[in-house]
Amino acid sequence: MAGADGDDSLYPIAVLIDELRNEDVQLRLNSIKKLSTIALALGVERTRTELLPFLTDTIYDEDEVLLALAEQLGNFTMLVGGPEYVHCLLPPLESLATVEETVVRDKAVESLRKISQEHSPVDLEVHFEPLVKRLASGDWFTSRTSACGLFSVCYPRVSSTVKAEIRQHFRTLCSDDTPMVRRAAASKLGEFAKVLELDYVKSDIISLFTALASDEQDSVRLLAVEACVSIATLLPQEDLETLVMPTLRQAAEDKSWRVRYMVADKFSELQKAVGPEITKNDLVPAFQNLLKDCEAEVRAAAANKVKEFCENLPEDSREQIIMTHILPCVKELVSDTNQHVKSALASVIMGLSTILGKDNTIEHLLPLFLAQLKDECPEVRLNIISNLDCVNEVIGIRQLSQSLLPAIVELAEDAKWRVRLAIIEYMPLLAGQLGVEFFDEKLNTLCMAWLIDHVYAIREAATCNLMKLVEKFGAEWAQNTIVPKVLGMANDPNYLHRMTTLFCINALSEACGQDITTKQMLPVVLKMSNDQVANVRFNVAKSLQKIGPVLDSNALQTEVKPVLEKLATDTDMDVKYFAQEAISGKHFCLPLEVIERSVQVGGRVFFLPTRQNLLCLLNAKRDCSVQSFDKEIMWLSYPNSIYQTTLPFCTVLCCNTDCIGLIKELPRPVVMGTSSVVKVLLIIIPPPNPR
Amino acid sequence: MSAISASEKVDGFTRKSMRKAQKQRKSQGSSQYRTQSAPVELSPLPQLKDAPSTEQQELFTQKLQQCCMLFDFLDSVTDLKSKEIKRATLNELVDYVSTNRGVLVETAYPEITDMICTNIFRTLPPSENPDFDPEEDEPTLEASWPHIQLVYEFLLRFLENPDFQPSIAKRYIDQKFVLQLLELFDSEDPRERDFLKTILHRIYGKFLGLRAFIRKQINNIFLRFIYETEHFNGVAELLEILGSIINGFALPLKAEHKQFLMKVLIPLHTAKALSLFHAQLAYCVVQFLEKDPTLTEPVIRGLLKFWPKTCSQKEVMFLGEIEEILDVIEPTQFKKIQEPLFKQISKCVANPHFQVAERALYFWNNEYILSLIEENIDKILPIMFGSLYRISKEHWNPTIVALVYNVLKTLMEMNCTLFDELTSSYKADRQREKKKEQERDELWKQLEELRLSNPTLVHGQNRKILKNNNPRYGPSDSSWDNEGKTCSQLG
Repeated sequence: MAGADGDDSLYPIAVLIDELRNEDVQLRLNSIKKLSTIALALGVERTRTELLPFLTDTIYDEDEVLLALAEQLGNFTMLVGGPEYVHCLLPPLESLATVEETVVRDKAVESLRKISQEHSPVDLEVHFEPLVKRLASGDWFTSRTSACGLFSVCYPRVSSTVKAEIRQHFRTLCSDDTPMVRRAAASKLGEFAKVLELDYVKSDIISLFTALASDEQDSVRLLAVEACVSIATLLPQEDLETLVMPTLRQAAEDKSWRVRYMVADKFSELQKAVGPEITKNDLVPAFQNLLKDCEAEVRAAAANKVKEFCENLPEDSREQIIMTHILPCVKELVSDTNQHVKSALASVIMGLSTILGKDNTIEHLLPLFLAQLKDECPEVRLNIISNLDCVNEVIGIRQLSQSLLPAIVELAEDAKWRVRLAIIEYMPLLAGQLGVEFFDEKLNTLCMAWLIDHVYAIREAATCNLMKLVEKFGAEWAQNTIVPKVLGMANDPNYLHRMTTLFCINALSEACGQDITTKQMLPVVLKMSNDQVANVRFNVAKSLQKIGPVLDSNALQTEVKPVLEKLATDTDMDVKYFAQEAISGKHFCLPLEVIERSVQVGGRVFFLPTRQNLLCLLNAKRDCSVQSFDKEIMWLSYPNSIYQTTLPFCTVLCCNTDCIGLIKELPRPVVMGTSSVVKVLLIIIPPPNPR
Repeated sequence: MSAISASEKVDGFTRKSMRKAQKQRKSQGSSQYRTQSAPVELSPLPQLKDAPSTEQQELFTQKLQQCCMLFDFLDSVTDLKSKEIKRATLNELVDYVSTNRGVLVETAYPEITDMICTNIFRTLPPSENPDFDPEEDEPTLEASWPHIQLVYEFLLRFLENPDFQPSIAKRYIDQKFVLQLLELFDSEDPRERDFLKTILHRIYGKFLGLRAFIRKQINNIFLRFIYETEHFNGVAELLEILGSIINGFALPLKAEHKQFLMKVLIPLHTAKALSLFHAQLAYCVVQFLEKDPTLTEPVIRGLLKFWPKTCSQKEVMFLGEIEEILDVIEPTQFKKIQEPLFKQISKCVANPHFQVAERALYFWNNEYILSLIEENIDKILPIMFGSLYRISKEHWNPTIVALVYNVLKTLMEMNCTLFDELTSSYKADRQREKKKEQERDELWKQLEELRLSNPTLVHGQNRKILKNNNPRYGPSDSSWDNEGKTCSQLG
């Protein structure tokens, strides 16, 4: 490890500290963000003796700089010499935990919590716990709020005398003069209860909980509701009634709607925490009240929980409770005066059908679905449509299709383009459930009409929708129903519609396969290269580039290349540019065997332009020798998921692209392309360092 | 604290449609949660002025009790008769306490405060519009205003009655009362906040024992506003009250008051909605500085710390406040802060937003500021020169360029020799800066290499990228070239 002990001549501390003091905030911020590098240059000894004291002394700066500092220090253990010296980090973090700005303070607390784990039990008592005590008895409220977040991390690892002190401090903060501190304490009450011995939960926590839950400020009371969940989970069933329920009942009927909202919002958690008996006796009536609350906010929060609440009811009496207690309230909510309430309900109501079964759904729920499908508010209708799958499983979608169609048509023609966009997004789902016949008969025209919408976002979404439909119904279906219509638009007098043809071809070529693309689509694209509008022409170039991978090499050479070469001499400079781009082949994808080869060569560039090729690569991984492959790629996955790795040195890159390049200059992988069809996560191990 | 439905995440049209809905129904009831059963119909009582004086007190109490009945104003058709009776009674009560002497006997106090508390203290309803923007949106008005207004009016007359005795009233108008009153300042209805302002001011004046408590609670409200919720409708009104309170502070200022200035008023400048209360805030700050000029330095340093980085509108407000402060600054104080202050001003005059640049350049129209600059020209000119010189050549706005020329001319007249020196060394200075920049880059490059050669650190860095999901490396040209090469090599 070169430079681990620092090099005085190369990195005099003065120079580094100058950087940290730079007048320009941005430069100062940059330097702070690279504080670990500075520490590395100085070595562990001088980091402890020179850098940290400097940082501790200069904690008056822009909050943004302080935030970066607070974050950095949480990862500094190795840089000060390991766990043995980790307590050196406490003084600067202590100061940071007292600043006014909440984000800085929170970050400092987060870092303190992190490094508390790296303290030995002795150090924890000698260094860490006194810090917590100092913060807890600070003058200004900021240090006391910070202290609230630190009790739970040190409590389990200290001696019983110190434990008693910590409990005492927490008690004091729960009745602090400042509401800010009480709020902080209330929000950490549940967390603290979890690390306490059960006896102390009963003797200490309950009284604090009761006091906070009846605080004069509703902002404190509502935080106690959150703590209620954790506390109830900790206590044995027989104690809940006496210790928790009086407070919970009171919260559900609090005069402030904020508290009731919180109860509604946490209802499922509360339900799980108190168990089936109390749910039956207490929570059911409480839930009914929340569904009928005078404030729409509360009703909406409760409506959101209807499905989850019903799902978690004890099985023996579930149906009876729903039918006699919950459903009547739900019926009322369907015609609520507030649209948020209705749309919250619409987003979960379909879920009830799986719980109630076929007959009840048809008799009781179906009328509600139908009413909501006709609601005046588009959100409500959308929410129903977006959850059709639940109903489909229970009663089949046919029951609904009569009402569904007018609702879909109306949304499809809504004056607000965002509404239209939302319904387009559900089209593939609907198509899958309604089946190809129903679709062809009723919805196909809609899908085609969107292609000539006057809003670009709709046309774009419509294009993407076609692609998904083809993926669902197959190439043959596409050839018969969609492709002719799309290609017909190539002769439209409106150039925007002609361009839509190109965009559709871009999207469909892959799903339709080589045959359709070469025989039907390519001629149209090539013909459009003579379009009088330059925008169309350069989109031809882009399209050719895009569909290139699907075409066979013969067509590429004999048909595509001449046209591109002609476009490359176009009078319009954009057309020229894109034609040249296409010719230079940057976006052409490499055939599969090349991918494989490039992977085995190691460090060579490869391309993954499509989902298929990505899959190919994954398959290739299994075929090629694991050893050589593992040097390059540990794991490749899509979409957007993160696989944990145990290997230490890797670069992780998450990108929104379908093209990934891998180059030799690791650890910086380079991402190319911007289209967002497939999201890829790539984890790469750099080759062994030459040094 | 508003529910966000799934569909709101799908599309963003909710807000607009909500506003539209709001236009149709702008008034709103209070959030009365099952506080009482359905209202009983009221029957009119005889007029107070017609009653014999022996029975007046009894009738007064009855009327107060009658006014404790609450009605639903969102429902405009029910209880019309009773609502009218209550309105008339409240009117009569207002008239009764403002024109008659000797009506405030000790036994009346609990009845009076009880009536007031029942009517005005309520949980404010959730805002119709969760992103209520007081500058753009129409406020939601209190539906029960026809009654509440009269109750506020009555409270005010009660406090202002010459017979009013704080020593008796303090049993009822206590800390809890004040706390509830302060919570009402969050009301969206400006009419209500206006009444509250006058009432709180009277209470502060009459109840000496509550003063410290009121100040502390206002502190808490502000701190919560700054650091927790960023939402409170009554900041301007509370600041207005504080403005007059600060005016009455005794000298030397107590530590508590100084702390309030530095830890509450200055951070208030960071609020997003600063424009709604900036005038009142600046007034409070200047009041403090007029009381105690030694506070100037920390105040200006505080303002510089919170100087807006992206909001030009706020920057203009800050400049306005700085000018107000400079108007009252003592020359000795000016010397203490001139360097950091003029560094900021020099950035402002070079601001591409012409309103910011213009506002800063207007400082040179202020005679007093000009005299301060002249006194310290050898310090200020070197700070200002670079920006002014550059801007005079490249600002896009001709008005700004013209103003800059005037300012440069004024500065030149103040110290001609220095001006000439700076002009001739301008280029060399720029080059030196550039060189410094290069050196910095070089240093960091070396450090970066060191970092890369250290595996533990590389690892730590990478974990962070994963956590933040931060696409740090965008497409770069060099990689494209690489790509092309490989393509041709293999093809």
